[in-house]
Parts: sequence; structure tokens; C-alpha cells
Amino acid sequence: MYTQSMDTDPETRNPVAKVSAVGRPEEQRFQATVDAEGKIEPRDWMPEAYRKTLLRQISQHAHSEIIGMFPEGNWISRAPSLKRKAILIAKVQDEAGHGLYLYSAAETLGQSRDEMMAALHSGRAKYSSIFNYPTLTWADVGMIGWLVDGAAIMNQIPLCRCSYGPYARAMIRVCKEESFHQRQGFDIMLSLSKGTADQKAMAQESLDRWWWPVLAMFGPPDADSVHSGQSAQWKIKRVSNDELRQKFIDATVPQAELLGLRIPDEKLKWNTQTGHYDFGPIDWDDFWRVVNGEGPCNKERLAARVKAYEEGQWVRDAAMAYAVKRKARQHKEAA
Amino acid sequence: MSAKVEYVLRFGDNSLILGQRLAEWLGHAPVLEEDIASANISLDLIGQARLWLTLAGRIEGKGRDEDRLAYHREQQDFRNFTLLELPNGDYAYTVVRRFLFDAWHCLALDALSGSHDTDIAAIAAKSRKEAEYHRLHSGDWLVRLGDGTGESHARTQAALELQWRYTAEFFDSDAVDAEMAESGAGFAAASLRDEWLEEVTTVLAEATLKVPAAAKFVSHGKRGRHSEHLSRLLAEMQVLQRTHPGAKW
Repeated sequence: MYTQSMDTDPETRNPVAKVSAVGRPEEQRFQATVDAEGKIEPRDWMPEAYRKTLLRQISQHAHSEIIGMFPEGNWISRAPSLKRKAILIAKVQDEAGHGLYLYSAAETLGQSRDEMMAALHSGRAKYSSIFNYPTLTWADVGMIGWLVDGAAIMNQIPLCRCSYGPYARAMIRVCKEESFHQRQGFDIMLSLSKGTADQKAMAQESLDRWWWPVLAMFGPPDADSVHSGQSAQWKIKRVSNDELRQKFIDATVPQAELLGLRIPDEKLKWNTQTGHYDFGPIDWDDFWRVVNGEGPCNKERLAARVKAYEEGQWVRDAAMAYAVKRKARQHKEAA
Repeated sequence: MSAKVEYVLRFGDNSLILGQRLAEWLGHAPVLEEDIASANISLDLIGQARLWLTLAGRIEGKGRDEDRLAYHREQQDFRNFTLLELPNGDYAYTVVRRFLFDAWHCLALDALSGSHDTDIAAIAAKSRKEAEYHRLHSGDWLVRLGDGTGESHARTQAALELQWRYTAEFFDSDAVDAEMAESGAGFAAASLRDEWLEEVTTVLAEATLKVPAAAKFVSHGKRGRHSEHLSRLLAEMQVLQRTHPGAKW
């Protein structure tokens, strides 16, 4: 799971320098590779701003996977059947795996996992805001799969064609797993929608809470999205926030109807002229509030991450100390 | 309840309760690779539990499936070793618990793979392959923590002292064990003791840890007499099934 938050970091919202069409030869070679849909690899020359943009985006993506383990992990111990428990454990394990290979992809750009983690723990690095909302019922686990992962897939499929090779390749694998996650989320919703009156109410109450934050996941409207032009030229970002959001709504409304759920938007209406759904205004004030640390769970999520890291320090120290001892012993034996 | 149902429940409940405990580490492990490993092992254990509980329900013949058995029994009807229900503690505690159990689990599943009961033998053989990896993982960590830093050594030794006394239960035979061993469907609980002790002692020595003195205390979780911790674990695990009787999920 991941959401598009690359344009939401206030510290990095300044426009980056444009690549000059008449730049140095290596710049021209770089842009020519990108224009020809080739891949930029870690050893290739790349503009510093390209490296920084990617590093920020991939590390934010990795952080989102790691923080994203909390809201769903919250329900593993209470999963209502052993089958659901097993599926949820596997799903959260996938998220950890995504985090691992995204950190690895980001490391190819010259920053260590420890440095990235330190940025997360200090609050300098962002992660997807959607995980700052709480999971209050079992239906929320379904909702994260169905809507949050559904939105993530919309965002991530174009990233499989991203110009940076290690990221594009990581995304191909991530997308395969996310599509399974989305299906399991929908399957949970389907069970609830066929269930008792209490289960149906649980599903609707959950949708009422998640719908608008999920739409905001695609990021600010295109008009306010500073990075998009440059990222499009570099083929990092290939489809705009608004286009992705519309695509998501168009795909999701019929699914909600199938589930017998009401989308909490009075203005939602099919527009025969555009061939898309019209929808009501998104509360961007709420979005920015949550992005900037004032969501329901921002402090809890980060505190849980920092606690795990700090309490794990002695374990990591032990592993390192043991590795050093072992190497010394092997060295001695060989001598 | 027949001895065979009881016996199969013991294996199912061991896997279920340890799997439940281990899953608590997800998102909270000391390093990302261990989040993944904990999830992976927990998933194996829950998978084993499903097979054992399904078999127990089938032998019993009263229409109880895996979820009926997992979610609608009281704490005194669970048959897991007491060791496995104790709260996770720190990572040393978790690793020590895992290793003590994993070493036993491999031997027990080896013995059961030769069971005259083909259903039991089949589940044991499948689980055995997974248990091997679990034991390698917990054994490696035990050595790392025991022979790591002063702090990790002290924590691991302390965890061992706390948990050692719960291992007597592994080898404590009762009528169920005796009947199952007699019929050739199970094994004599005490028969695994020497091999287990030898293996555990070897790894503890490598980890520079001391084998604790034997205790007089014997826990009896496998007979349904548990610690204070199980009912709380079950209250959490069973909450949705109990709150919404008859609902399908």
C-alpha cells in the first residue's frame, strides 16, 4: 500500500531547477534516455535534483509501507477467523517486504536505511497521511484493502514505467502483491455486505469515515501541485493527481453499488457528457492538517515506530557484536 | 473427548497460541527483517493450527470446524503448553521461548511423522519441514544474543531462567500420551527428553549461556490448567466471533 504524497512535503515544495535543453552532454544523454523510455540505472549520471526527488519519493514510499503495518496489524490478534488471520498476517508481511526492497532501491541513490529511518523518526521525512487515521472496526481492514490499496494501485501502475530502473522494477513486484491485497479487501467487504445487519452497518460506517481521506490520498489538485511538471518531464510521475483520482472514483462507484454501500457524497453523480462521475469538494484543510501532524494518529504511529526502533537497539547491537566476533574467530582459524 | 481428539488439539493449540503471540511483533520487531521473519513463522504456525484443529473436529464428529474450536472454547478447554501463552516480553524472551519450543517441536513432529494414524502423520510431515526453519532461525538468534553484548547476554540468560521451568511440561506424560503412544498413533512424552536436552545444551553452550537448574514446578497447560495469561489472550482473539454469534466473516 502506498499513497501519493510526494507533492505534500512543505519543506520540499520549491520548484526544482529545470533540466536545460542545451545542457552539458551528460545532461543531454540523460534526458535522451528518459525521452526514449530507457531506464536510468544507479551508476548512470543523473541530475542532482532528479536523485533527490527520487530519493524523497522512494523513501516516503518505504516509510508508508512500514507505518502502514500499524493500522492493519492492529487487527491481526482479533481477526474473526483463522483464514482471515492468516491472510492478514501474509498481507502485513508483504508490506514489510515492500518496505525492505523500497529501502534497498532508495539506497542505490546514496542514502543508507539507517539515515532514512532517522529522517522518519525525527519527523523530517513524511509517509502517507492515510495511515494517520485509526482502524476502529474489522470493516476498516477491508476498507484499507479495497480502497487504500485500490488507490495505491492506481498510483503505482504508472510507476512501473518510471524512468529509474530500480524503482520501476520494485514497483512491478509491489503492484502484483497490491492487486491481491485489494481483492482480499473487497472480499472482506463482500462478506460483510452479505452478513448480519450489524455487519452491514459496520461496513457503511467504515466507508463513511474512509471515503474522503482516500480521495485526498491522490494528492493536491493538479493546479496546486508544484512538482508535477518536472517529475513528468523526468518520467517519474506519469499521470496527474486529478486524473488518477477521477479514474479511481469511476472504478470504485460501481463496486460500492455491488456491495450495497452508499458513498457519502451528495454531489456524486454520473455525467453523461464527460463520461465520468462528478463529485463534491474535498476538504483540503483536513488533508493538510493531517499531513502536518495534526491527524488522529500521527503521534501514536510515529511513537510506536520510534519505540520499536529504540527497544530494538540492543538486539541490533548484539547482532553486530556477534558478527564481529565470529569474523575474528574465522580469521584466527584461517591464520 | 477421546484421547486422540485431545492429543490433536494439543498440537493445534500449541501452534495457534504461539502463532498468535508471535504475530504481536509485526511492526514492532527490532529490525525490519525480523518483522518479516516473525510474520512468516506466525503464518506457518497458524496454518498448522488450522490443519490440526480441522482434523480434531473431524475425529470428534460433532460438526466443530477450525473456527468453532479456535473461537468458541473457554481457556480450560485449550491444550497448549503454558510456556506458549506467556506474554512476549523482550526480544530475548521471545527468542528463548521459540528456541525451547522449536527444538521440542522438531523432535515431536519427527516422532509423529511415523504415526500409525495417516492423517496425523501427514500433518506432522508437512509441519516438520517448516519447524526446521523455525528452529534454525531461533537457534541462530539465541547464539547471537547470548554471545553478543553484555546486555544481550544478561537479558537472554534472564529469559532462560524465567522460562526453563515451563519446559518440564513437554516431557510430562499423562493418560492421553500413554494411550496414544500405546496405540502407535503418538509417542511417549518422556522419550524426547534426552535428545532435546542434548540439543538445547549444545546450542546454549555455543551461545555462552548456562543451563538453568531443573525446577520442581510443572505446568499443565496441555491438560487445560493454564496461567492467568491465556484467558486475556483468548478474550482478544475471540472478540468478534463472540460479539456477533453466527456471523460469517
